[in-house]
Amino acid sequence: MGESKTPGDSGVISTLSASPAIEVRDLAKSYRNIEAVRGVSFDVRRGEIVGLLGPNGAGKTTILQTLLGTLTPTSGQVRFFGLDFAGNRESILARVNFSSTYVSLPYSLTVRENLGIFARLYGAAEPGKRVQDVLDRLDLADLAERYTSHLSSGQMTRVCLAKALINDPEVLLLDEPTASLDPDMADRVRKTLVGLRRDRNTAILVTSHNMREIEALCDRVLFLQAGRIVMEGPPREIAARFGDADLETLFLRVAREGRG
Amino acid sequence: MKLHRVLALVLRHLYLYKRSLARFMEVFYFPLLDILLWGFLTIYLQRFPGAVPGAVSFLLGALILWDILYRSQQGISLSFLEEVWSRNLLNLFVSPLTAGEFLAATMVLSLIKLGLTAVVTIALAWALYGYNFFLIGLALVPFVANLIVLGWSIGIVTTAIILRFGQKAEVMAWGLAFLFQPFSAVFYPVSVFPPGVREAAWFVPASHVFEGMRSVIAGGGFPLAHLAWAGGLNAVYLMLALAWFYSTFRVVRERGLLLRVGE
Repeated sequence: MGESKTPGDSGVISTLSASPAIEVRDLAKSYRNIEAVRGVSFDVRRGEIVGLLGPNGAGKTTILQTLLGTLTPTSGQVRFFGLDFAGNRESILARVNFSSTYVSLPYSLTVRENLGIFARLYGAAEPGKRVQDVLDRLDLADLAERYTSHLSSGQMTRVCLAKALINDPEVLLLDEPTASLDPDMADRVRKTLVGLRRDRNTAILVTSHNMREIEALCDRVLFLQAGRIVMEGPPREIAARFGDADLETLFLRVAREGRG
Repeated sequence: MKLHRVLALVLRHLYLYKRSLARFMEVFYFPLLDILLWGFLTIYLQRFPGAVPGAVSFLLGALILWDILYRSQQGISLSFLEEVWSRNLLNLFVSPLTAGEFLAATMVLSLIKLGLTAVVTIALAWALYGYNFFLIGLALVPFVANLIVLGWSIGIVTTAIILRFGQKAEVMAWGLAFLFQPFSAVFYPVSVFPPGVREAAWFVPASHVFEGMRSVIAGGGFPLAHLAWAGGLNAVYLMLALAWFYSTFRVVRERGLLLRVGE
């Protein structure tokens, strides 16, 4: 975690642009009688890492899927780079990417082949070169010719992250990127994310149940409960605001109060 | 529609076939068994007094044409299922790939697969039974085109059903085309159907193709009316299949089913 920034790092803040990379306004999603997300609004600026926290069922994945267009919101608006998502899906998704512990890549292809397919899908001018760049960046060159079926879960997570970087995204959406990883692998992934923000000014929205990770990684957190944002701010600041020693203590208290 | 995205998806599946003997054999294995089974059966039936003249031509021609329809459908349905099985569907649909480009890629794949299958079955029919499939003549081109389009329509509907109901509906990928087979007059003429079914059978595009094929083999000339009917019906079927697919895709997005389709 040596490269992890502390919130308020002036070198990072100076790179933030005024226009938000993501703007979400009054987002709501209902499934029949269940309101999964209720009037959520937030921004993520360029070069900012924002954590989306909350207990299971709080609406984190629903929000991520809505941002990616795989889930249609009941109401509200999603904009990327000032463009409405609904009318600009293709051009926006060309500049955005996503990775999750819960998705995979075709097993019968090598790492290089898989990444090559996605480089082409995202319209890379030189797919082979782009793949090599990403492999080098994530220190995955040794795995390039290996079938994805032969990767460990940690290696697969890093390859999925490589897939998420294949279009050099301006916005990265990550659903529990370090879940099921050992501490060393998780640390490598966190360093990659911090490096991305530092080098590419990438906006990152990340969900995680690892509160120490969120404290170390994020400039700001959005704390969700029952589909609403109930707290927002820099991780240590909001823990202190509510009289808790750290984010994990706050998380446990709020989650248990929410469950009655 | 961006060609580079369609070709990227085609390449993804070609890698798969290049490497997987099981998948590669699927293109050849079942057509080979079909040709052997039906070919020998036909030869046996021909030995009976009063056997249907040209039975080999009728049955093997029908078999090869049916296989074209079936492989065309499978090309779409199985390509989609490959993405479900490998939990890759979400990766694809969070990319700029559109649903239309996805379907276009599966159509290209179905053409490649059925091209390979057709070469094998036609060669086997010639080598084993001396049957020249190309004797059907010029009508073969519109026959095949119509069957490919019907296979696509069935494949698109199958894909929509699996999208909507998840992997528990994947049996449709193998079964739906066979629902059409009894009413498509593949191995027997439409005239054998009882009233009611007979009229309904004329609304299946494949019935016109197979009737047309029998007409050509029997020396009845170019079956323009059958081909016109098949073409018209296929246009309607394809439009309905696409409408059903896009409507289902909208429902899938509304209900967040894309995330769960592999469960």
